[in-house]
Amino acid sequence: MLRHLAGRIGQSAVVLLIMSFVVYGLIGLMPGDPIDLMISSNPKLTPADAERLRHLYGLDQPLLGRWWAWLGAALSGDFGHSRLYARPVLEVMAAPLVNTLLLMGTALTLSLAIALPLGVLAGTRPGGWFDRAANLLAFAGISMPVFWLGLMLIVLFAVRLGWLPASGVETVGGGDRARHMVLPVLTLALAGIGQHLRYMRAAMIETLRQDWIRTARAKGLSWRRVVLRHALRHALTPVATVVALEAGALFSGALITETVFAWPGMGKLIYDSVMGNDFNLALATLLLATAVTLAANVAADFAYAALDPRITWR
Amino acid sequence: MSPGRAAFSRFMRNRLAVGCLILLVLLCLLAAGAPLIEAMLGIDPEAVDLMARLEPASAAHPLGTDELGRDVLARLLEGGRVSLAVGLATALIAALVGTLIGVAAGYVGGALDALLMRLTDGVIALPLLPLLIVLAAVDPAKLGLPAEMVGSPWFGLARIVAIIGLVGWTTVARLSRAAALSLRDRDFVRASRATGAGPLRIMRRHILPNVVSPVIVATTLSVGNVILLESALSFLGLGIQPPLPSWGNMLSGALELIHASPALAVWPGVMIFLTVLAFNFLGDGLQDAFEPRSPTTRL
Repeated sequence: MLRHLAGRIGQSAVVLLIMSFVVYGLIGLMPGDPIDLMISSNPKLTPADAERLRHLYGLDQPLLGRWWAWLGAALSGDFGHSRLYARPVLEVMAAPLVNTLLLMGTALTLSLAIALPLGVLAGTRPGGWFDRAANLLAFAGISMPVFWLGLMLIVLFAVRLGWLPASGVETVGGGDRARHMVLPVLTLALAGIGQHLRYMRAAMIETLRQDWIRTARAKGLSWRRVVLRHALRHALTPVATVVALEAGALFSGALITETVFAWPGMGKLIYDSVMGNDFNLALATLLLATAVTLAANVAADFAYAALDPRITWR
Repeated sequence: MSPGRAAFSRFMRNRLAVGCLILLVLLCLLAAGAPLIEAMLGIDPEAVDLMARLEPASAAHPLGTDELGRDVLARLLEGGRVSLAVGLATALIAALVGTLIGVAAGYVGGALDALLMRLTDGVIALPLLPLLIVLAAVDPAKLGLPAEMVGSPWFGLARIVAIIGLVGWTTVARLSRAAALSLRDRDFVRASRATGAGPLRIMRRHILPNVVSPVIVATTLSVGNVILLESALSFLGLGIQPPLPSWGNMLSGALELIHASPALAVWPGVMIFLTVLAFNFLGDGLQDAFEPRSPTTRL
């Protein structure tokens, strides 16, 4: 078990290292390098000055060397300064991280609270009218472009009815954070329900086919008791794995939804830093997103093993 | 009855899936025939008319006009061309790459299998959307590509296909690896090997035909996903670039005008939703037809 865990963590570390190099290289290929940006903000710079600056910042070094230097600094906790915010990168990331945790956590909870009971109910009578309705809902959920769902909610609740604000976290003066959260949370939850419902339903159907379910019924247990006590526990295992996979997004945010609602979370920060040529910030946010996604993958593996006693590692 | 015919007759009994197939064929025809339809109706999707901005629906413009006075219906048709072409092309390329990788890994096994599956696991474990954003933001001129090539609208299309294809092959690779692995030591494959068939011939004659049905299902489902990803990237300004319309970038124009003209945001989204929904139902129906025992939908 411990050896397997160590192996998985080691593997993830290698993927993260490779990703950091790939992202470092890709960011160098984005339009506008730091020296070009300095020249455009100060037209008096001569080409000779630019060359000197390039040398000063080490930009004339080969890519591998620059990445190695960046990695050394990053491992000692120095991710550099953000160009857009003119503050250290780690400082810039603090507030969006909190915003994202709040938004994603609420949305995930809401989605599960709605989808899991519906999925259980649909899965106990596959082909029944309730199952058909739930399936229609689930397919609609997974086929909906999430940014369009957000737009439609804005049109309905912010433009037409004027009940809720369309964007941001707080109006000047503050205190209305909850009202600002309603639409983005609703968007994310509605988008998640489809997928969660499908997983729960499939797991339930698969479980109810097992021989031990028939045994439990044959013993004389009520259908209700069999479903809720015996089948549900078993069926939740694959669902828990899927939820563990999604836990990574709690930290890396929902890029599209946050951008549509101008919610200053990690997803929007990634988008803004990439679009704004903020190289240091983009690198740090992208690598954080990669790291938490990798960690979620490992966690999902172990959640499965922990919940299913039949799985053991040599 | 052969398994293929049995699957076909099962599929034809699924009215929803057949209906979705018909809808999709119609959509493709409409998109392919867009220039013809526009010529017949006498509308030009690129004609800017600043005197007729944001007009409501009328006889001349059945769905009204956008912020530059362009006909919304004509742009929807053109956008459909782009979105459907990108969706189909990307899914096919991803299926091809995934099948090659999966069959090679599953049939050859050993170190190649370990390497390819590590690669697949690595790609699956990456945060998809942030990665796509970075890839889409790369300046092709810095890769040393000639400027006139970079500037052409075709390049924008090819680029988005390449970007999504680069990360989209993993599902098919896993499926076809599993199928190849389960076939590798079956008796008919061994018999073929014993009669002197080389690995390439065995892969072509025995492995590939058995990999086809899961790959078709996964590819159909992935067309929907590609359309969603393309529209999201175009919406964020990183996919298909205006003036070439796609359903996604039409919506990003609509977001800025959401207070002035909320109706603009409706149609492109409806089209994306219906198309993706139809591909998902179709894929699900195909899965039911190929593997009648799997616990999927029955609507």
